Amino acid sequence: MTATLSETSAISPWRPQRAEIKAIHQEVPGVATYDLELEQRDGEAEYSFLPGQFNMLYLPGYGESAISVSSNPAERHSLAHTVRVAGNVTQALSRKEPGQQIGIRGPFGTAWPMQQCRGRDIVLACGGIGLAPLRPAIYHLMNHREDYGRVMLLYGSRTAGDLLYSHEYDQWREASIEVEVTVDLGEPDWEGHIGVVPALFYHLRLDGQKTFVMTCGPEIMIRFVIFEALARKVPPEQIFISLERNMSCAMGFCGHCQLGPTFVCKDGPVFNYVQMEPYLNLEDL
Amino acid sequence: MPVNRLPIGSFVRTEKTELQEVIDTLKEFGFLTVGPRLIDEAIVYGELEKIEQLPIGYVDEQDGGKYRLHRSKTDSWFDYTVGPESLKKYLFSPRETLFQSHQTDGNWQFEEPELPSRPLAVIGPRACDLNALAIQDRVFLKGAYVDPQYQRRRQDLFVVAVNCQRAAPTCFCHSMGTGPAVRNDFDLALIEMANHFVVEIGSEHGGTVISAAEWAPCTLDQVEDARKTVIDLDTSMKDRDPQTDSVLDLESPRERCLDTSDVHDLLLNNLDHPRWEQVAQSCLSCANCTMVCPTCFCSSVDDVADLSGDHVARERTWDSCFTAEHSYTNTGVVRKQTASRYRQWLTHKLATWQDQFGVSGCVGCGRCIAWCPVGIDLTEEVAAIRGDQP
Repeated sequence: MTATLSETSAISPWRPQRAEIKAIHQEVPGVATYDLELEQRDGEAEYSFLPGQFNMLYLPGYGESAISVSSNPAERHSLAHTVRVAGNVTQALSRKEPGQQIGIRGPFGTAWPMQQCRGRDIVLACGGIGLAPLRPAIYHLMNHREDYGRVMLLYGSRTAGDLLYSHEYDQWREASIEVEVTVDLGEPDWEGHIGVVPALFYHLRLDGQKTFVMTCGPEIMIRFVIFEALARKVPPEQIFISLERNMSCAMGFCGHCQLGPTFVCKDGPVFNYVQMEPYLNLEDL
Repeated sequence: MPVNRLPIGSFVRTEKTELQEVIDTLKEFGFLTVGPRLIDEAIVYGELEKIEQLPIGYVDEQDGGKYRLHRSKTDSWFDYTVGPESLKKYLFSPRETLFQSHQTDGNWQFEEPELPSRPLAVIGPRACDLNALAIQDRVFLKGAYVDPQYQRRRQDLFVVAVNCQRAAPTCFCHSMGTGPAVRNDFDLALIEMANHFVVEIGSEHGGTVISAAEWAPCTLDQVEDARKTVIDLDTSMKDRDPQTDSVLDLESPRERCLDTSDVHDLLLNNLDHPRWEQVAQSCLSCANCTMVCPTCFCSSVDDVADLSGDHVARERTWDSCFTAEHSYTNTGVVRKQTASRYRQWLTHKLATWQDQFGVSGCVGCGRCIAWCPVGIDLTEEVAAIRGDQP
């Protein structure tokens, strides 16, 4: 009979690994992209992620924050996160400089259905920082452009000055991605669309049956994107949404991110619309 | 180590005082022994070294928002039912350090903490709490991730369970299929008779430990007589009339039961039922129900740093879905109203828990009823939504 506690050898899933900040790119006011290099730990597989997945970034003394990966999934050695300053952790991150270290756990969560939608038309509809979790999907589509049909990006932000990755749109267009951009507030030099993201559907002529929709942004935007997609005969099972809740452990232990029967951290953040439909229109669920 | 180990599934008789030998043996093997203790007018778990420390001869009186202890008319050792504490605090600690970070010259080291060196032996858990243990095992051990601290404590846990022979009016384990008979996750299980214990051996370790005490073999009749006391309780609980509603009759508190048929769909199809608003009129959103619940597992993790900021502990503490912070995101608190928090708790406990873990999250221990300061009763809430009551 044992009289001492048995040993467990595996690395605790709570313990982060070290990452060095290699570069910081100021994107728009309050938003920066951090390029990280992970320290390889013995006995662990090399880090890789799927478009739509997230990491827990740890700032010792401040805490952890769930941040989607926003870099190219094919590039193993540079791992980027685009972060908006919103709370203690992201505020502390914004004070970091290249060469400094943070902790990272991941990747966590479900991914965009990049395999399932091969050969189909794709609408990516996003608002604000919601473009960041879709950028790895854009990279993937550019890496494998011939595997997909039409690709349309519908993106909106408050002002033209808040548009993320605006220097990349031409590259995306060169890769035959139709980029439609809208802003809530059009300043005098703005010549593009003014209005909300769902309204951009009116500029597309969709073949709904062969279209997949992936959307990320404020929940109210997501609901109206779904509405516009369904109105164009996109089958509900071809609509995918990325949701945000209070993901504080990312492993389904802490209970904070529950929405209906799901833990958004491990059953999401990317969900099929059919699965979440009963829970999207209830207040305070 | 004794050679004459008793086989799993067998029963023996011991004098009640032989429980001391069981405790002593466990301590010799290196276990920290804990059991029911009378502390601050409630029966809770505490370190148990001598059988004299047991609350022998006490009995509890429980109802919605009520827990009182009285001297029993008998000198039974285990006539009380469940107090506010379960095994949860020993395996899923109310506060613990998950890892520590140390910075030297700009380099951070992340280290896992020292874990407790002594395995734990618990005397006294009832069937409901052992089912709660099995439910928390699903949360912390059987998903995609394993919580290493829970695992360390769990795998060497030794359990001396007790079969209930009395139910509080707040108990409804019979409805949840979790009791009153002890069936799972025990090393030894006691049935208390007038002058002795009948002991069921549930594991090899249990056989080893009871072999160290003075024991006598049990005849089939003696086993039957002992088991009958638990079966009789089960029968009497199942005879409870679900229509009896005497909440205001303090002389005879309503004896709880819960109609679990199709409760998953019943609740999820009624997410906009007016009853959620009604219960929110009295619910204080105080989180007591979640703190005493033996299965509730929500936690929050916070950084605790020294003044230099170079040494940081990441500490996990119990949390509750009744707090605003629980559902906080950058765009604000998701569950702003008490109604939505109560709805989250009850629908999770009885419905979505099944989607997540394949079992109900409720074991029918009734703690959330007794320890609710305003006596909100989940069996009443479900019945109201079911339409059994106005």
